[in-house]
Amino acid sequence: MNWVNACLQGLLLGGQYALIACGLSLAFGVMRIVNLAHGDLAVCGAYLGLLLSSALGVPVWVTLPLLLPAAFAVGMALQVLLFGRALRHGVLTPVVVTFGLSIMIENLLQVAATSDPRGLSGGSLALASFHLGRGITVSWLFLTAFLTACAVLSGLQLALSHTSWGRQVRATADDLDTARLVGIRVRPVFATVAGIAVATAALAGVFIGTIGTFDPLTGANTLIFAFEAVVIGGIGSLWGTLVGGMALGVTQVVVGEANQAYAVLAVHLVFLAVLTVRPGGLFPGHQAARPVRRAGAFG
Amino acid sequence: MTEPGPEAGPPVPDPPLLEIVHLDVFYGDFQALFGVSLSVPRGGATALVGANGAGKTTLLRAIAGAQAAASGSVRYAGSDVTTAAPYRRISRGIALVPEGRKLFPSLTVEENIQVGAAAAASGGWPLERIYEAFPMIARRRRQHASTLSGGEQQAVAIARAVAAAPSLLLLDEISLGLAPRVVGELYETLAGLRSAGATLVIVEQDLQRAMDACDDLVCLLEGRVALAARVADVSRDQVIAAYFGEGRS
Repeated sequence: MNWVNACLQGLLLGGQYALIACGLSLAFGVMRIVNLAHGDLAVCGAYLGLLLSSALGVPVWVTLPLLLPAAFAVGMALQVLLFGRALRHGVLTPVVVTFGLSIMIENLLQVAATSDPRGLSGGSLALASFHLGRGITVSWLFLTAFLTACAVLSGLQLALSHTSWGRQVRATADDLDTARLVGIRVRPVFATVAGIAVATAALAGVFIGTIGTFDPLTGANTLIFAFEAVVIGGIGSLWGTLVGGMALGVTQVVVGEANQAYAVLAVHLVFLAVLTVRPGGLFPGHQAARPVRRAGAFG
Repeated sequence: MTEPGPEAGPPVPDPPLLEIVHLDVFYGDFQALFGVSLSVPRGGATALVGANGAGKTTLLRAIAGAQAAASGSVRYAGSDVTTAAPYRRISRGIALVPEGRKLFPSLTVEENIQVGAAAAASGGWPLERIYEAFPMIARRRRQHASTLSGGEQQAVAIARAVAAAPSLLLLDEISLGLAPRVVGELYETLAGLRSAGATLVIVEQDLQRAMDACDDLVCLLEGRVALAARVADVSRDQVIAAYFGEGRS
């Protein structure tokens, strides 16, 4: 058994979890919305990638300049038409609404695309790998997914820390009422955050579809791992989400190396253990119930 | 130079910067303001006093657009802003320093100020001018707002509102919980802002300080205007009587 290789593969897998989880973390940190349809939106991204790459006859990567803006627009539309309205009716309504959206997406995908598993063509990248010696082989696709996750998280963190938009997002996450009072236009802030959340989910969906297969029900499992990565890392902390994703990935691969039957169970046990010992996560960034915090969301 | 004709009347007073007419505000079924009317002259300072629950904060929030008016009107600089969103009112020149400071704790001092300035139509005050007006926060600019003392937090809250370059600055209980020396410094800063042309509406529990700092005084009692007068024209006892509703039938 090669533990070093297992850990490395786990870290790379964790990048994928972090990529899908960062949108969930962003949406919750800013809008207080637990989007139960997040995984399904990622799967929608995979199907859209399949549709576009089939229609254009190109690897799915080439379709990203079309796919990501479309996903961003869908996120904004969902915020304006659905989430924003639901948020006016308390914290439970968005949960129910996104649950309904999740079921609707899954059923629509089953009708439109059948339940057959599908895969995306990643071109030559999908099969390429390189050796690091000592029996360690790294897939270029896994490495690309991990580096993409790091780039997305870095970009988001830079935007949140150093732009006027980022300051407005963090202020809104800190105190919605006061954000309105000081002149922040909260609706556009929410809409862009929702757009980014869905775009990153769609990007993650493309990697899910390229690395493995997907079907209309893949979103539910995806959501669980994303949710666990967010909670382990600390809600509202983007880098915490990456650490959370990597913790899940390493656990899954290392335990799977020993006994595949316990790999997923071990992941859930790690989640349960962190939730018990540190309910705020490893890097707590935002706790909505506390009026004054030393470090707010994404700070 | 043209001499005024013999038929010229007395000089026409400037129209008020802020005019509130018959304002009613509700929280659900609870009515907080009952037909409140008042006007705030341009360039002046108006003290808004009253017991807890009299409706002072509600009135300021209604002026700032944070609380919807059920009826009545809020006119600012000649325009009806009764239904305008807070960001529109800020871009027109109305800024509120909310009760309890309400800083964004995860943002630094400078970021809090930048958030305030971003709402201004003109781009707001430059940071250098802000730090000149509020020297006590200049050396704290990189600190998170939640790590400051109460007085410094209050100064940042005022600076955040001032950064939007307001013509009308609404201040809600800025002296609450602060040492008298710090309050004195804050009021000195406000005097400077007034000299620079800002109009102030100050909610203040310290009656003497309010009367010292302002030209006009409005006393609210249970959501209604109990007294509105020039400070020079009323005695402290008259204000106290209005404050407690003495002499009401």
